[in-house]
Amino acid sequence: MENNQYLREEIIRMSGVNPTKCMKCGKCSGTCPAYDEMEYHPHQFVSMVDNGEIEPLLNSTSIYKCLSCFACIERCPRGVEPAKVVEAVRLIAIRRQGANRMTANDIPAMVDEDTPQQLLVSAFRKYTK
Amino acid sequence: MKVSYFPGCTLKNKAKDLDAYAYRSAEALGITLEEIENWQCCGGVFTTANNEVATKLSSVRALKEANDKAQPLVTVCSACHNVIKQTNHAMQNDKAFADKVNRYMAADGGYAGEAEVYHYLEMLRDLVGFETVKKKVVNSLKGKKIAAYYGCLLLRPNSVMRMDDPENPSIMEDFIRALGADAVIYARRNECCGGYISVESPDAAKKNSNAIIENAKAAGAQMIITACPLCKYNLVKSGADIPVVYFTELLAEALGVKEDTNGK
Ligand code: SF4
Ligand code: SF4
Ligand code: SF4
Ligand code: SF4
Repeated sequence: MENNQYLREEIIRMSGVNPTKCMKCGKCSGTCPAYDEMEYHPHQFVSMVDNGEIEPLLNSTSIYKCLSCFACIERCPRGVEPAKVVEAVRLIAIRRQGANRMTANDIPAMVDEDTPQQLLVSAFRKYTK
Repeated sequence: MKVSYFPGCTLKNKAKDLDAYAYRSAEALGITLEEIENWQCCGGVFTTANNEVATKLSSVRALKEANDKAQPLVTVCSACHNVIKQTNHAMQNDKAFADKVNRYMAADGGYAGEAEVYHYLEMLRDLVGFETVKKKVVNSLKGKKIAAYYGCLLLRPNSVMRMDDPENPSIMEDFIRALGADAVIYARRNECCGGYISVESPDAAKKNSNAIIENAKAAGAQMIITACPLCKYNLVKSGADIPVVYFTELLAEALGVKEDTNGK
């Protein structure tokens, strides 16, 4: 529990988000283009962090599904900015030793002749540290 | 007028056309794009965490160089624009972050977010003026029905990007009209195509992209324009049966500089 309290504070510090502002309307998840890919959805990130339930988020692939499209930030009626919470949880997970989700060896299988550099650069930014 | 220009990694590789058309069209409109010296890739995605510093330095260096030359910084790729503008906003508003960055870079005089950042479309609207663009058109695109695809990164988060109304934008439609074509308005123009999810889940990107294309076609679009190489890739890969082109290609065509071989 103490560890969870520390992580909760750390996420709030890194993200600048105040999860207690959330009114649980679910609009962020309703507008999220990655919804179907996620086990935990943006509104759950907010409430679970607020409740200190952080380990399940750290261990879920949902942290790698957020596209940084900022739709939830734009459309939250309370200005909670859920994507910033997802991003903070992702960073805490990926900064742990050996947590990279992708390596350079994975690239050849992913590219075709039209693949823009932007795609690989963005994936690396999100999947590795 | 001279402006500093950040082309980004994709424009120097897979999207060379986006770069060349942007350069030549700007020349035709009286603006010289001066490429930032030794620019480095912006990383493609802005990380919103305030304790991520190193990943934002390439953007700060580009911003600082433009500011040292007292020139606005212009970008074409939506993603570069988003990363650079959000980084600049953080430099202006997050003092602790800005202090860390400045110590990291040991920059002469420091940098505090003074540079002005324009997307190329904003440059056309605010520095050139769409009326002027209209006057310079030699090949009118009259009769073409074109849908603007904004995607996410041009518009969001609006508290930082401040380009246009994030839910009912008009800058790309005004651009289309300036070239003489008809702008097709459709609901999904500012919804995400799936971005880099196409790495792990091509089907998910395809689902998002198809919904966008079908929506644009149902509204009568014969063509879709975008400013983002990844949007273009996803829309084309998902099997778009109408052309998906960079907005700068359309501009170069209308201005009559598409085939120019002398310039860049
Ligand atoms: S930023 Fe991430 S969590 Fe928010 S709507 Fe987009 S994909 Fe979903
Ligand atoms: S949209 Fe905002 S207020 Fe509504 S559930 Fe999401 S974070 Fe909470
Ligand atoms: S967004 Fe892209 S193309 Fe643009 S520099 Fe950054 S990663 Fe490269
Ligand atoms: S690639 Fe998708 S994520 Fe990027 S701007 Fe285009 S719509 Fe958004």
